[in-house]
Amino acid sequence: MRLTEGAAGTRILAFGGYQPARVVTNDELAATVDTSDEWIRSRVGIASRRIAAPDETVADMATQAGGKALAASGLAPSDIDLVIVATCTPEVQIPNTAATVAVRLGIGGPGAYDLNAACAGFCYALANASDAIRAGTARNVLVIGAEKLSQWVDWNDRSTCIIFADGAGAAVVGPVADPGDLPGVGPVVWGSAGHLADKISIADRNSFIFQEGQAVFRWATTALHPVAVQACERAGVDPADLAAFVPHQANLRIIEAIARKIGAPQAIVADDIVTAGNTSSASIPLALSRMLERGELGSGSHVLILGFGAGICYAGQVITVP
Amino acid sequence: MSMTEQEILAGLGEIIDEVAGVPADQVTPDKTFVDDLDIDSLSMVEIAVAAQDKFGVEIPDDQLKDLKTVQDVIDFVRRAAVSA
Repeated sequence: MRLTEGAAGTRILAFGGYQPARVVTNDELAATVDTSDEWIRSRVGIASRRIAAPDETVADMATQAGGKALAASGLAPSDIDLVIVATCTPEVQIPNTAATVAVRLGIGGPGAYDLNAACAGFCYALANASDAIRAGTARNVLVIGAEKLSQWVDWNDRSTCIIFADGAGAAVVGPVADPGDLPGVGPVVWGSAGHLADKISIADRNSFIFQEGQAVFRWATTALHPVAVQACERAGVDPADLAAFVPHQANLRIIEAIARKIGAPQAIVADDIVTAGNTSSASIPLALSRMLERGELGSGSHVLILGFGAGICYAGQVITVP
Repeated sequence: MSMTEQEILAGLGEIIDEVAGVPADQVTPDKTFVDDLDIDSLSMVEIAVAAQDKFGVEIPDDQLKDLKTVQDVIDFVRRAAVSA
């Protein structure tokens, strides 16, 4: 039996992001549940979030973000061999989201699968994509994180409806152009803590998302900074040299607590949650696409990404800005 | 070696100053966290984590909600330190 030969390294060619049109402010939520703008800002750091239209699906949002990333990459749809959609909120389990998105983007018959690692989903999918290219089983991969959490939220539950939101983000991953070029996707550090599975869950198909806030906060602020530091070590990048730290946009206080412990004084710490809310698997590529649009990240600079959430699953890696 | 109440209070003062920006001299045993010191449930978790590092006493989430005053935490740490 013969085996494929893959690329020595991989890189991200482009990002793309999509947010639904409807902006929901804290004041709008405070009109229907017992909360306030001040309370929400101080507890989770969110000022407003985007909520999808009733008929707007995860596949719709994934297609938008994926299309932008594909266009920005300069590749043709036929160059993509694999589409991975990280999502934990697809409208249906069958069919999957990825194959539909591929057809809509004109990508002819790629490998296509959905991946559920919740808020860590984008980092898991990026690792899968990079490994497929290095193994020679795909030339280029479209990785998308897309979520419609609004359809799993109890809009009368003030502990969750203030946090979760909708959106999508995407990246095109390909081989390094020349064998001598440095890779742009570092080794993933990933894992899970299944003994905490009940801390973030949806009990059944008729239930809403539930989160044990204090337990998740405790875990996130104590268990994750070693993962982040290890991802830097494996990539051979000193945290002090990071241009940015883009963790899952779960809660601004979690983000700031982890950032303090990593020791990356030069790094811009992503705070996309302020106007995007918590969009689970979409939050990291969405934040990155918006930071790139604003010109905050220089091409070639190193960014640490770190996904974490339900499962409990987590993953992080260092990437190079395209 | 057991800690005195004064030692625990001083340690708590340092922790609360660092976590919530409340000056240590305002952290007195009779103060309630929520109403007097304006400390919310997430800051309480940070205080519990820091207390574990400083005093070697774990304060689980399900017991955290019963610790309403600074004195409650002092008592919890002393009891846990004795039984450890």
